[in-house]
Amino acid sequence: MSIQLQNVSKLFGGVSAVHHVSFQVKEGELVALLGPSGCGKTTVLRMIAGLEQPTEGAIFVRGRRVNDIPVQKRNIGFVFQAYALFRHMTVRENIAFGLKVKKWRRADREVRVADLVRLLKLEGLEHRYPHQLSGGQRQRVAIARALAPKPDVLLLDEPFAAVDARIRQELREWLVHLQHDLGVTMLFVTHDQEEAMEIADRIVIFSRGHIEQIASPREVYENPATEFVARFIGVMNVLEAEAHQGVARRGELEFPAPGVPDGARVRVGFRPYGVRVSPDPAALRYRGVIQHTFFLGLMMRVEIELISGLLVRARLTKEDYSRLGLAEGMEVSFEIRQYRILAGEDAPLEPEMNVL
Amino acid sequence: MNPLPIHQSGSTRPHVATQEHPLAQVLLIAVAMLFAAVFLLLPLLNVFSQAFSAGWRHYAREVTSPDTVAAIRLTLLVAVIAVPLNTVFGLLAAWTIARFEFRGKALILTLIDMPFAISPVVSGLMLVLLFGTQGVLGGWLQERGWKVVFAPPGMVLATMLVTLPFVARELIPAMQAQGSEQEQAALTLGASGWQTFWRVTLPSVKWGLLYGVILCNARAMGEFGAVSVVSGHITGETDTLPLRVDKLYHEFDPAAPFAVASLLTLLALVTLALKTWLEWREDRDLKRTLAPDEPIAGESRTIGGGEVPPA
Repeated sequence: MSIQLQNVSKLFGGVSAVHHVSFQVKEGELVALLGPSGCGKTTVLRMIAGLEQPTEGAIFVRGRRVNDIPVQKRNIGFVFQAYALFRHMTVRENIAFGLKVKKWRRADREVRVADLVRLLKLEGLEHRYPHQLSGGQRQRVAIARALAPKPDVLLLDEPFAAVDARIRQELREWLVHLQHDLGVTMLFVTHDQEEAMEIADRIVIFSRGHIEQIASPREVYENPATEFVARFIGVMNVLEAEAHQGVARRGELEFPAPGVPDGARVRVGFRPYGVRVSPDPAALRYRGVIQHTFFLGLMMRVEIELISGLLVRARLTKEDYSRLGLAEGMEVSFEIRQYRILAGEDAPLEPEMNVL
Repeated sequence: MNPLPIHQSGSTRPHVATQEHPLAQVLLIAVAMLFAAVFLLLPLLNVFSQAFSAGWRHYAREVTSPDTVAAIRLTLLVAVIAVPLNTVFGLLAAWTIARFEFRGKALILTLIDMPFAISPVVSGLMLVLLFGTQGVLGGWLQERGWKVVFAPPGMVLATMLVTLPFVARELIPAMQAQGSEQEQAALTLGASGWQTFWRVTLPSVKWGLLYGVILCNARAMGEFGAVSVVSGHITGETDTLPLRVDKLYHEFDPAAPFAVASLLTLLALVTLALKTWLEWREDRDLKRTLAPDEPIAGESRTIGGGEVPPA
């Protein structure tokens, strides 16, 4: 096990920032800590690095308990959100810093720096200062600097936040390749669910200082453990319904809800891909009018307005959209094939955002 | 992108709201130049012309007279002790204030500023009250044969008191702007606290530090009020250059005080030159020429396309 957290909590002046967090990162894994800003994910990263002390709980790196080991001796690479490059040093000096303070021999140092310069495609920039580099180049220098002393794990705090949106996509893929080539364990913090879904082997989802779910991107998307996860990852239709004789109703929509007592209010969620649409207004169970269509590349998302005024989002491929001859303003029918009664009790419900 | 077309009236120059009328500009610049010439440049030149009014020989004699040489020596001694001590203090104070949140931070900041607010004469008097024969500590020191007031140690203390804020005041904003992330990065890379300080903290504020040291030194060598109170005015023993100038000014030779004053004026000019150079260097170091982000591999462009018909 590369990193292991056992029941870790952190209080800042009596305020709980991280609350009984436990998770593990396997050797060579790429794991994302995902959550909205202020949810404690960066604090967790900083505690692993030793930049913050946990109030309670134990942290292990490669089986060694590091709680009482100072930052310098933890052998952890850390890439800061704003990179924190030494601005009075050249690219070369930045990368060599960790080796210098660890008293590597000059010849070894030069070999290692040259390797990293090549690996991170920084050739020709060795003698530049940080202020002469682009955002993407700075990020690569920061990663090279952190990797130089051969850390046990590499921690990255919002690694793509300070890069132009234009090249973010490419950098994500590049990071995955780098991680595969080096086999180094990486743990990164992000608030961007798309980023986490795309590159992480596993995702640890945080909310208000505790873990909501730990799973693979696919598992998180298909089987969200809590309503928070369901709504944070991807798009979901969420509506409040009232149960009656084992059926939850909202407007004309009905969802079997066995075991839910009569009169109870529940929340029902379903993904746009779980909605099937037909151009024949009488073919499927519910009727509505397409209000808007959104072009998402390969996919199309349509918003269907029901007679009661509810809006339902459905997703279908571009081919299906054309084949069915759908268009805005058209009357269609649809059915909901997958849905979920959300267990809203464990997390306080948030204001409805995706109401239909 | 071009904004909506605006109809320009006759003039071909675009009129910017913050720009004054050309005539007003010329006038304002002329007034500023005139003021600078009358109140700064003219008196400065006058110091040198007065200094040499009795000839080169007289100037050389005055500047190399034993009492003046003693004053130069004492001035340098005071500066050599006071400036490094205040530099160390300034570094420690700035680091503490910029890096930590603690109770009484505002109080420390206010105390550091105190010498700016207090008249130097009062600063001198405070030392006399503390270390003089009747003072709280003076008696104790005197019993052990240590003379502070009316002796060089007192003058060093007075100078330190007056110049205390210079380095700290330059460094606090520099360190606050810098933040502690670079230091944290150094720690994660395995640097000890000491290595971090010497290799990261200090180099990143070096221009601010030098700037503070230069201003501190200028003030330390030029201080009059506080030093005057604690000096005791013993010619050849407790006179610094400013005190020597004052003493000569009250004597008969009209050229003598200006000859010594010309040394202090030279110091001022050197200080200004260094300060300008530092500002230029710092500006150059800080210049942010952020290059645009480029894709790592070559950029690919769409050159055409269409749909492949089904087989």
